[in-house]
Amino acid sequence: MLIFDADAWIICPIVFPLAASIFFFLSRRTGPVAAPVAALATGVSIIILLRQLLLFGPRHYYIGGWQAPLGITLRFDGPAVLMLAMTGLTGIGITLYARGYFSFRIAAPKRVGRHERQERFFWPLWMMLWAAMNGLFLSSDIFNLYVTMELVSIAAVALAALSGKPASQIAAIRYLLVSFLGSLSYLLGVVFLYKTYGILDLDMLQDIAGAAPGTRVALALITIGLLLKTALFPMHFWLPPAHANALAPVSAILSGLVVKGSFYLLFRFWFEVFSGAISIGALNMLGILGAGAILWGALQAMRQQRLKLLVAYSTVSQLGYLFIAFPLASLEGNMKVWGAVIFMAMAHACAKSAMFMAAGTIYLHIGHDRINELVGIRAYLPVTALAYAIAGVNLMGLPPSGGFIAKWLLLSASFNSMQWWWGVVVMVGSLLASVYVYRVVCQLFIIPEGYTIKKQYPRSHLLEWPAFTLALISLLLGLFAPYPLHILTIGSSNVATIIPGGPP
Amino acid sequence: MMSTNLLYSLTGLVLFALGLYALIVCSHLLRKILASNIMSSGVFLMLVSTAYRAGNGKIDPVPHAMVLTGIVVSVSATALALVLACRVQETSNVTLVREEYQHDTSGA
Repeated sequence: MLIFDADAWIICPIVFPLAASIFFFLSRRTGPVAAPVAALATGVSIIILLRQLLLFGPRHYYIGGWQAPLGITLRFDGPAVLMLAMTGLTGIGITLYARGYFSFRIAAPKRVGRHERQERFFWPLWMMLWAAMNGLFLSSDIFNLYVTMELVSIAAVALAALSGKPASQIAAIRYLLVSFLGSLSYLLGVVFLYKTYGILDLDMLQDIAGAAPGTRVALALITIGLLLKTALFPMHFWLPPAHANALAPVSAILSGLVVKGSFYLLFRFWFEVFSGAISIGALNMLGILGAGAILWGALQAMRQQRLKLLVAYSTVSQLGYLFIAFPLASLEGNMKVWGAVIFMAMAHACAKSAMFMAAGTIYLHIGHDRINELVGIRAYLPVTALAYAIAGVNLMGLPPSGGFIAKWLLLSASFNSMQWWWGVVVMVGSLLASVYVYRVVCQLFIIPEGYTIKKQYPRSHLLEWPAFTLALISLLLGLFAPYPLHILTIGSSNVATIIPGGPP
Repeated sequence: MMSTNLLYSLTGLVLFALGLYALIVCSHLLRKILASNIMSSGVFLMLVSTAYRAGNGKIDPVPHAMVLTGIVVSVSATALALVLACRVQETSNVTLVREEYQHDTSGA
């Protein structure tokens, strides 16, 4: 007899894409048709979870009815549901874009067989990655988190190698080795934790973990592993080639979503599970690395000649802001910094995937992405050019974008806690971001005298509108700031204070 | 005996360190893949050694389950790495990962 109680909705965001992945793998022709349906079903299940969270508060679900010390627990709370929503929103956009992208490429008479093969492998891998991401956000078991992380990496590496170009394959194997190293380091940390406490459940660890030497070693190993996967400066070396040489929808997935997964875990580990074992020095160290990432990534982005590499380096830079939050969280209330981090992650996911989609559309239409030769794109891809510009507004952090709210929260936290230097880094980073955004936007929107459109291409709405919609969402996210901040406070177990009024 | 347990754990750590060294120093892809396998064996050895409980002679089954899962994960990651290494060698005749290929900018 099948009993489906209300709590069981929590497995739907994992089961739906997983089932879709297996189905698409077995019957490869159904992928393009059924993928939007699977994406929508996942989105609906996330909305139901969100509603349950608002009605009943955070919940736990014991898989197979096994309780925590032996069984695997799933839980959803404010941060988890917000990350699920981020993945869902971006995922639906990417799914629609990928439909347009592959049909555009297959419609071109060149190398049809190869493009069809790429599409057939894209759908199962992408659905597998989505299921693993959702599992990662929902798991409450440190070993299960290892498994979901490995699933994410394997699917991500396979996707990164999909384009078949030699450069992308070398980048993919480098990515695989780095992420394998990261996972092993994480697993070694898990071993140390298990040796010390004999449990794997996050909530139970939170209750008993202190500042024992075993905990510190474990936390250090876990942190190094997750930092490698998140590509924090100076461990970012694998990211730009892997992200820039992949197919456009894959770049959007890797840059927008995958790096957020390991970061989310890192933040959870530091501020919920092991908040007793962290020291100010370690927090400042992460803050310094974050500042280095912001500046180095932005400077590298300014130097790039290719659009996709520029966008990839800007990911390195934007990830730095997430780490600036670490030293601020120790003195300022955790909740405010959680808010900044979640906003940054959500806005960056939407904006960065929109940027990669726009870059991919431009590449498809003109056959290259050399920045200096992008003049006049606006004339025949107006929606795409506008999407790129709006996403750029978000990266610069101009109001009312989600990036603005995140940076505002970071700035106010840094000045309130008398750590103004982090605020200065945030501002300088935004200035540098405006340089590399304008560099491209100027090219896109300039139409020189006597400019004629060389060749009329077929227009594809699926190529243009998903990117524009995601960019618009990232821009308008700032207007709806109080809602995510409210959701965030529901699930937080250790901080009860709600930000009064939110940002101005 | 406690010292046996410790011996296994330390051997595991040494294997991890050896693998890490090789992963960083060797530039041949196959060696890197082997190095990562040695690292994972080290972690699994440590994990399995935590199953030992002093005193009553019973064994904790959870680490065994974890090691089994870990081996499955490691096998799939290794398989993917080997396939990728073959493809890299076929398409570009490169078996070494070096800096000059990192910023290879030929289209996507």
